[in-house]
Order: sequence, then C-alpha cells, then structure tokens
Amino acid sequence: MHELSLVASMFEALLEQARHHKARRITGVKVQVGALAGVVPELLESAFDSYKKGTIADGAVLTIVKPPFTIRCRACGTETVRTDFALACPACASADLEIVHGMELVLEKIEMEIDDPLPAP
Amino acid sequence: MAKKDVFVLQDILLSNAQTAAAIRRELESRRILAVNLLSSPGAGKTTLLEALADRLKGRARMAVIEGDIETERDAERIRARGIPAWQITTGGACHLEAKMIGKVLPEIPTDIDFLFIENVGNLVCPAGYDLGERLRVVLLSAPEGDDKPKKYPRAFVTADVLLLSKADLRPFLPFDVEKAKAEALALNPKLRVFIISAVSGQGLDDLVAFLFRAREEIASRA
Repeated sequence: MHELSLVASMFEALLEQARHHKARRITGVKVQVGALAGVVPELLESAFDSYKKGTIADGAVLTIVKPPFTIRCRACGTETVRTDFALACPACASADLEIVHGMELVLEKIEMEIDDPLPAP
Repeated sequence: MAKKDVFVLQDILLSNAQTAAAIRRELESRRILAVNLLSSPGAGKTTLLEALADRLKGRARMAVIEGDIETERDAERIRARGIPAWQITTGGACHLEAKMIGKVLPEIPTDIDFLFIENVGNLVCPAGYDLGERLRVVLLSAPEGDDKPKKYPRAFVTADVLLLSKADLRPFLPFDVEKAKAEALALNPKLRVFIISAVSGQGLDDLVAFLFRAREEIASRA
C-alpha cells in the first residue's frame, strides 16, 4: 500500500519533464509495472487520479503495461516466464538465474501538449 | 498547440535507488555491514536485535535504526541493552525509504561494525525499497505458518538471508520447517537459511559467525 508515495515520486519526474519541454498540459502517462514490482496497478491508478487533480497532469490518462516475471538462465541461456516467481531454470535445473523482467517500475512515456513552434522566418 | 511524446524510461524509484547507492558507498567505505531486517509485525526482529546485542558485546560495535509507524518503544528496548539506537517513526507510511536512513546517517558513529535497520513490520512494501544495505534479511516466525514465502514472493526473492524464527515454539505449532525452507528456496535458491530462536539461543552462533564473515568481506574490499 505505498502506491501514493510512488505516485509522488512519479510526479517529481513528470513535473521536471514538463518544465524542460515547456509543456502546457500532460495528457498521458505510460508506466511499466512488473508482475513482482510489489505494486497493485488498480491502486496505482486510483492514487494517480487523486494526485493529479489541480496539476499540469489534471486530465492525463495513465496507461499501465505489466511485464511478466521473466528469468534467464546463466548456465544454458533459456528465458522463461514464471507465474510462480520461482528462480529455477526449467531446462537445466540451474539455480544461477537473472531476472530480466518483472521487477520494473518504470516511467516509460509522457504525452504532452506544447506551444506550436514558431514558424521559420 | 502541438502534441509531443517524451520517452523517459526512468525508474520511478530512481531517486531512492541513488540515495541508497550513496548510503551503501558511505557505509562500506567505513567498513560497516548494513543489514535490513524485514518481516511481518511480531516475527521477532527486535527480540533478535536484543539477542545479537548481547552476543556481540565485547566483540563488535553495533548501532540500530528502528522503523515503526508510531512510538519509540523499539529504540528504547535496544538502548536498554547499551546499544545506540535511532527511531524513525513514519507516521503511517508502511516502509522505510533510503532518504529516511540518509537523514539519520550523520548521527551514526563512524566506528561501528554493524548497522542493523529494522524495517516497519510488513512483508509487502519494505521489499520494494533499497535502503543501502549489504544484506537483506527476512524473518519468518513459526506462528505465522510455513505457507508464507509464496504468498509474499518479493520479500523472499529479494532477500539474501532467511531466518526461520521462534524455533522454540515449534513443538506447539504445525509449522513444517522443511516445507517453509523448500518453498523459500524454490523462489530464491541463493537464500542463506538459519533456523533460530532468540529466546533459546538456537542458531545464533551460526548467524553471528555468518555476519562476521560478511563484514570481513566488506572490510577487505574497503
């Protein structure tokens, strides 16, 4: 239940990008929430919707993509999606694995409206 | 008005990760082993720290950061053992974040060997936040049941050490220690598992020896 503090961190980045690009409005935000990120997408949406009120992202739509928990075996190279989150290689039973997806909590894209560029002289 | 898509691809917890990395560098340059203790409320984190305080007395210096939603109680228990302790009360937040540790860090003595950080009792949210620790230790106590690892996978997948605590209560409970261990190891085969009781002292010598070895590894790199 720490979705609100995540949204607060997310808004730091959103506002910084909005300033940098001189945005008028933020209309959309896309985030990646891995299957084992420890975050409930529905709660993140509710937190986002209450946090955005009165900000530059007031009308923004949040899109959440959910990368599945994916591991790669360092011994045989097999890549596997595991819904049980077990760190074991089904091909060679090795326990030497790296997690390639599923832990991420990433701000992927911001859609914004900016002033029309000045016409070329 | 023109539309613009900005691809950011930035970790939402980037600032926490950066703060945690700075804390880790700072502590390891001082040859301090930092341990982040995670568990549900009542699994025995504070009682374990009291037992470790007694066992480390005269052999090593330790300090403790206590995380709780309210009260100084845990820090007072640790101070009563003669150990410097700092209480962070989160006022509702379900976990500690690196910047909370960063605020306390300047007050921590520089010549300690071990810094134990007792996280807020919660097996869910603390697992998402790096605090700059070298070792993440998760406790699972016998009364909680042996079926917890798969129910709270992130805590077990991200931990380095699993302590099956309150082993002294096992005769009275249907806790299957082999099942709990197997379930946790299936999630994370690299977990170091210790069966302990802070009350009877079971397993604590092995745990202390392990902590000293982990600290030596840091000291040899620093």
